[in-house]
Amino acid sequence: MHLTLFFLFAGFCLAGAINLLWQTHPINSALALIVVMTSLAVLYLLLGAEFLAIAQIIVYAGAVMVLFTFVVMLLNAGREEHTLGSRAAARVGFPAVVVLLAILATIILRAQGLVAAHLGVGLTNAKDSSNLVVLSQVLFHELLLPFELTSVLILIAILGAVAIARREGSERTAEK
Amino acid sequence: MSLLAHDVPLTWYLLLSAVLFSLGVVGFLIKRNLITVFMSIELMLNAVNLSFVAFAYQWHEVKGQIFVFFVMMVAAAEAAVGLAIIIAVFRVRATLAVDRIDLMKL
Repeated sequence: MHLTLFFLFAGFCLAGAINLLWQTHPINSALALIVVMTSLAVLYLLLGAEFLAIAQIIVYAGAVMVLFTFVVMLLNAGREEHTLGSRAAARVGFPAVVVLLAILATIILRAQGLVAAHLGVGLTNAKDSSNLVVLSQVLFHELLLPFELTSVLILIAILGAVAIARREGSERTAEK
Repeated sequence: MSLLAHDVPLTWYLLLSAVLFSLGVVGFLIKRNLITVFMSIELMLNAVNLSFVAFAYQWHEVKGQIFVFFVMMVAAAEAAVGLAIIIAVFRVRATLAVDRIDLMKL
């Protein structure tokens, strides 16, 4: 059952990612990315991270991608043009990425024994109680300060986004 | 709940994560639209998140999931600021092609 679900949604993930690269229109790429993020949420659910699965759908597939599609439509972004730079990047980039993938795969396959040796170490109560209970206990006891700092970061990001995206001279019209 | 009785090896999740990350790098290199390049960065962040969650599951360690939570929050803030910068750049240059946006000066 898990194997079937894993293969199904891993396939969706890869198909969405390849579709993201294949499409030349940004709005199609954005829709492909939504497919990738939603499939990743299902994989999180398989890995026992219920809270992160819901947060992935709400924050990533919801908020972030709505922002992306909104900007694509606002700027009326059309079909991308292929230039000399993109051909050069493709020629140098593809071998580099293949090497990167080969290195990553080698490391992962080599580390298999290490991973198996560590099995069962760490939080044991993560298995017993709900994932959300354990998560919130650590988040609101041990990591309360970083959590609050994150809210300050988001506040600063909102202010920065408004300050950057504001049209020049809009304060003058506001005064009148 | 049989969600924790698992028969998919950790290695497969990590390989999927590596492939998604590499596809993100490819998109970053070959895409010529500013917004699509930004989307490739989001794809790379998601790929790394998947390996965090897979390791958190394997080692029964909840800190990995909390790291993913923080990555999500920072990515949301980053998306807001990044898209605001894209709007500001578009307003000045009237283009989204990265080859035409090669100067920091206005």
